[in-house]
Amino acid sequence: MTLNELKEIKEAELAARKKTTIRCCMAAGCTSQGSGDLLKNLKAAVKEAGAEDQIEVRGVGCMRLCCQGPLAQADPEGPLYEKLEPSDAKAIVTAALDGSIAKLQTGDPTQPFFAKQFSVVLGNSGEIDPERIESYIAADGYMALRHALREMQPAEVVQEMMTSGLRGRGGGGYPTGLKWQTVSKARGDKKYIVCNADEGDPGAFMDRTVLESDPHAILEGMTLAAYAVGAEQGYIYVRAEYPLAIERLQKAIKQAKKAGLLGAQIMECPFNFSIDLRIGAGAFVCGEETALMASIEGKRGVPRPRPPFPAESGLWGCPTLINNVESFANVAPIIRNGAKWFADIGTEKSKGTKVFALAGKITNTGIVEVPMGTPLRQIVEEMGGGAPDGGTVKAVQTGGPSGGCIPADHLDTPVDYESLSALGSIMGSGGMIVMDETTNMVDVARFFMEFCRDESCGKCIPCRTGTVQMHHLLTKIIEKKATARDLELLEELCDMVKHTSLCGLGMTAPNPVLSTLRFFRNEYEELLQENPYAAPPVTTA
Amino acid sequence: MSVRTITIDDQHVSVEEGSSVLDAAKAAGITIPTLCHMDGVYDTGACRMCLVEVEGIPKLLPACSTIVAEGWVIHTQSERLKKYRRITLELLFAERNHVCAACVANGHCELQTMAYSQGMDHVRYDYCYPKWEMDLTHPLFGMDHNRCILCARCVRTCWHIEGAGTKNVAGRGGRAHIITDMNEDWGDSATCTWCGKCVQSCPTGALFQIGATAGEMTRDPGRLNDIITARRKKQWNV
Ligand SMILES: Cc1cc2nc3c(=O)[nH]c(=O)nc-3n(C[C@H](O)[C@H](O)[C@H](O)COP(=O)(O)O)c2cc1C
Ligand code: SF4
Ligand code: SF4
Ligand code: FES
Repeated sequence: MTLNELKEIKEAELAARKKTTIRCCMAAGCTSQGSGDLLKNLKAAVKEAGAEDQIEVRGVGCMRLCCQGPLAQADPEGPLYEKLEPSDAKAIVTAALDGSIAKLQTGDPTQPFFAKQFSVVLGNSGEIDPERIESYIAADGYMALRHALREMQPAEVVQEMMTSGLRGRGGGGYPTGLKWQTVSKARGDKKYIVCNADEGDPGAFMDRTVLESDPHAILEGMTLAAYAVGAEQGYIYVRAEYPLAIERLQKAIKQAKKAGLLGAQIMECPFNFSIDLRIGAGAFVCGEETALMASIEGKRGVPRPRPPFPAESGLWGCPTLINNVESFANVAPIIRNGAKWFADIGTEKSKGTKVFALAGKITNTGIVEVPMGTPLRQIVEEMGGGAPDGGTVKAVQTGGPSGGCIPADHLDTPVDYESLSALGSIMGSGGMIVMDETTNMVDVARFFMEFCRDESCGKCIPCRTGTVQMHHLLTKIIEKKATARDLELLEELCDMVKHTSLCGLGMTAPNPVLSTLRFFRNEYEELLQENPYAAPPVTTA
Repeated sequence: MSVRTITIDDQHVSVEEGSSVLDAAKAAGITIPTLCHMDGVYDTGACRMCLVEVEGIPKLLPACSTIVAEGWVIHTQSERLKKYRRITLELLFAERNHVCAACVANGHCELQTMAYSQGMDHVRYDYCYPKWEMDLTHPLFGMDHNRCILCARCVRTCWHIEGAGTKNVAGRGGRAHIITDMNEDWGDSATCTWCGKCVQSCPTGALFQIGATAGEMTRDPGRLNDIITARRKKQWNV
């Protein structure tokens, strides 16, 4: 693939655009509700109307307002149709032809949910056809790679990532550029790139959205990383529960190979890079980087102590760069638009945007991307529409089983790494679960503890058996069988498990308990019973 | 050969580059409690008994699998560490069915000895009383899952000392357990070489020699006879 060929593909794509485009969401949320048939019917309706030269029907990635799906929108400036049935196709096409609005449920594309979004990672989501490489190229796809391979030294790519200030989106927030630099400087004949697509937090679906909506962006980001650090082989570790993401990645890899964008002599440069998929078998702990690598090597997916870090000794003992899906999705936009452009978005220490998956007791369930530093209130109340049916938001849970609950009176907190940690929660990977006043916080803590108990790999004692005991103590409290002594035991265990566990799963498993205790201690105390064996109060005669 | 000079519990020691904290402590005559560590096989850092504090490093580090760096100031016996070790032991005793009085390893058990040495005199958590079975299908050895602490010493021994690869870990979390081959009866194993090395590696009564158990149960009716005879002949004043 040469620059001219890239440009030709883009021009041909743009030239083939019709007067009207009907975009129909083909991400997992909408397809699970029948948008596949809707797309078929839309195409058939256009054909039937003989309007193929006027209307393009395009299956696209996530259109974000998942709770109102299946979604479709007619461009330019057409309405956003919601809750569609496959049988609605004809009405949409007819309306598109005469410029009217079909009598279907429509949403306002200018409402805050959409208007307040800021797209870096999801720029192509809901716009391009994720199953066609041409569609990605038409949106300037692979231009960043072309630019880097021809105009930049690997060290300059690393420097650009350092300057951008991007921090890992997989939960830890480690500076991406620094990690790339360590791997690029590590000595080793062979190096590997790994994309962590094992997204396992309950309620989180950001990475799935990116993979299903823009798979080539991940391939381009990984290829740029490979060029920067000197790797020839990459793996995407994706969970088996994401069949559509797997299918689209496989398609994208095939297309990229065919186009000379993966494989040998990429873009006719002396640079080789291949990507293979590895499918996870459903263990949350396999998202932890050392467990993930063990799993890729064909071993039991359990973590090992770090150091050595993967950057020095990863896959088969070789230096390995491992980043999250969303981290890689930021790479091509950074190289394309420059580190400075990226660093101007967000806050002092948290640059760029963050994608959140809104779930729980919230009106607008779906995907939002906002600049770092956006107040939680704007995300939850303005964009998310607050709690449904006139309820009030009680708390917002971020960071899944490793995170914490932020009470409603802290909703003005900006979302950035430091502010969320200061509240005892974490940015995490982007799951955001909203709770209303009907939620009991001890139940919430127990739910996440149950998750950690079941997902602990069982290797180290504090996590394997500490989570069992903490879950048991929480159950006792909920069943009103616990005394103040049990709460003390629980707090002591939280401290112990947090500080002695081998990997992040155990180290963070107590967080939901600690954070609910911090802000909602009364809900625990209300459930405690008198100790029947307590010594009677001392009375003085 | 390069040397690292460090301080452990106020003692200065010099050790070879690449030594673990555990090696260094040994050189200084300091005992750090361990359960999953075994000389001769690689370390996994699983049991967390050996955690130590290093000044300037916020995280606790496992002595068995941490390589010392120049100038480290290490504490191995702080009150906090001792508390964590006792909790770890309590958690283990509550997890499976460690009934010492009825165990083949009673008196020869690293877990039991450790509980004594660390001052773990009672368990504050509710016992889980899980239902684990025994595998008595092998002619020479037995496995009692009720006593297993999942240190995986047997697994590492089987793979890396004997080279048979018979023993493995299966399952997650509290359901994790030691299996033979692809979860078969030990007696049916086509890979087990009957070497018994795993039995020697086990810190508890989970793995044992069948003969040894029976040996402990040898009856000595003579002792009863002595009493019976003595009573009959009214040789004792009661
Ligand atoms: C229990 C556990 C689960 C994790 N799951 C994921 C995951 O699903 N996806 C992910 O990207 N990172 C996950 N991580 C974090 C990874 O270990 C690793 O830090 C991350 O992939 C690094 O990428 P980043 O620097 O781009 O964030 C998990 C960590 C732990 C401890
Ligand atoms: S903390 Fe939990 S998941 Fe991590 S190694 Fe220990 S048992 Fe396994
Ligand atoms: S059987 Fe013994 S050696 Fe093997 S894991 Fe259990 S306690 Fe450790
Ligand atoms: S002996 Fe070090 S973790 Fe077990």
